[in-house]
Amino acid sequence: MAIEVNGKSLEVDEEGYLANLNDWEPEVANVMAKADGTELTDSHWEVINFLREYYEEYQIAPAVRVLTKAIGKKLGKDKGNSKYLYELFPYGPAKQACKYAGLPKPTGCV
Amino acid sequence: MADFEVPELREYPIVPKLKEGTMAHSRPYVAAGKFQTPLGFPEELVDNWKEVAIDKMGELLGKYRSLQVFLDACVHCGACTDKCHYYLGTSDPKNMPVARQELLRKVYRRYFTFAGKYFPKLVGAADLTEEVLDEWYSYFHQCSQCRRCSVFCPYGIDTAEISMAAREIMDAVGKGQKYCNEIIGKVYVVGNNLGLPEPALKDTLEGLEEDIEDDTGVKVRLPLDEKGCEILLVTPSADFFAEPHVDGLMGYAKVFHEAGVSWTLSSKASEAANFGMFIGSYENMRKIALRIREAALELGVKRIVFGECGHAWRVAYSFLNTLAGPFDFLDQKYPIPQHICEFTYNLIQENKLRFNKAANDDMRVTFHDSCNVARGSGMGKMEGGQFIIPRAVIKAACNHFFDMDQDTIHDSTFCCGGGGGLLTDDLMELRVKGAQPRAQALQRVVEDHGVTNMAAICAICKSQFTKVLPYYGFTMDQIVSVHQLVSNAIVLKGSEQEAELAGETE
Repeated sequence: MAIEVNGKSLEVDEEGYLANLNDWEPEVANVMAKADGTELTDSHWEVINFLREYYEEYQIAPAVRVLTKAIGKKLGKDKGNSKYLYELFPYGPAKQACKYAGLPKPTGCV
Repeated sequence: MADFEVPELREYPIVPKLKEGTMAHSRPYVAAGKFQTPLGFPEELVDNWKEVAIDKMGELLGKYRSLQVFLDACVHCGACTDKCHYYLGTSDPKNMPVARQELLRKVYRRYFTFAGKYFPKLVGAADLTEEVLDEWYSYFHQCSQCRRCSVFCPYGIDTAEISMAAREIMDAVGKGQKYCNEIIGKVYVVGNNLGLPEPALKDTLEGLEEDIEDDTGVKVRLPLDEKGCEILLVTPSADFFAEPHVDGLMGYAKVFHEAGVSWTLSSKASEAANFGMFIGSYENMRKIALRIREAALELGVKRIVFGECGHAWRVAYSFLNTLAGPFDFLDQKYPIPQHICEFTYNLIQENKLRFNKAANDDMRVTFHDSCNVARGSGMGKMEGGQFIIPRAVIKAACNHFFDMDQDTIHDSTFCCGGGGGLLTDDLMELRVKGAQPRAQALQRVVEDHGVTNMAAICAICKSQFTKVLPYYGFTMDQIVSVHQLVSNAIVLKGSEQEAELAGETE
């Protein structure tokens, strides 16, 4: 399977996650979000950018709690909770936001 | 919300009318070659797959006497038919345990019994065809190996073992399931199902230490890879990652702190779960279990304690010693291994923990018995300890506890709908429908007793309910960890909570 981004065809797995992490560019997130029927706002990008930074350092997506804490510090305590993140990413911040950010899907009992 | 029909919750359970083939389309993604090879399975369906499958079945029949007995003993009495949550939730007759078993049994008869070899039509024996293999793939991934049916089977036939055998045969021919096999590969490379490397683990644990200190004013540690500690805690990696799991992990840390014992987590054994069991592979189950032994030896611990994880506890309680023993290097005075609930329970019995139950007064709690704990293991030194101990821990931390209907708890508990290697998004329809019996029982205590939250001691149950309860009108945060309740109510020595309580009584 593949998705079209800026005229390029990028390989994705069965669940729509990028096959090659290096293929990612911001437009990938926009294309994926559009397919899910959402338009990405600055709030979404705060999360996506944080995920990418964290991944770069640790080679894994952050735990939900690490993410909420970081977002809380950046955007204020009222947004540092999973409720806020689920409003942004209704399919789950760990999975949906990771997909948009070009990270592999978290696996396991999550 | 869903592109399938969510079953309704009724006042009383009813056995649904049959809808043939209604779940025939349900099947998880097949594992790509790169997820098969690290486990020792062929990359894709091998050319002579029929031969390989029959040979494998023969090998398993020789190896596991139980499998042969289970395949021979069924008299089609029907006692199991209405016991499976997937049948109750989907109405698909092939989800009746007897019908699911029959998918394997008819092939067994054809190739391994006299009557089936010579008079197949008379005895319901069938050739192994591609169609049959596809049906296996679909319906043996609609069994969460919860073993509720076997409780009601007069012969004690264990469908879980039949499902495991079927999955093992499918792995052997190159038709493995992506979810389980990708995860097992991650355990081999990184040490846990999530693929959480040591630096990320360390960062996460440090964050949790900060949070506990912010909340209580007490420095509670969550040590990683520290040698010479008394206890090695082995817990599902979801405890590091997901909610409400992580709240439970903070609860374990507080209990250890208050008990005054030294303990550590291990980056090598950073996973309690053992998906080798779900795919019926003894070799893979053993390889995963051995990591725990190696970690215990390297760290020089005296005891092993398991966190809240359902099937991990079955593997630990029932099989760990044969898989990875002997554990003669551990302190023999303690259970090997011990469940975190038993650890906490013992401290409660000895009056060593102080609780402020009012801290949980915003909740009215019920308890979901996780299938592998309820039906696959025990806990503590008493019979039925696996039912008594978690409830006693909850009651020590909460003022309001109410059990669900007796047909849905203890060893009659309903699976959450996501166990046995089915907790994957590509099986969402099955997961939602399979949760119907549990959601229905929960709805009852919500209406009758004003229950607000359901506690569990299994990472899969917690993740599954977080995801599927909203389909039934509940909210995702209604599912909580047992040690989350402990964490909320425990009064640490020298904490802000202790000072506040002292102020109130003055």
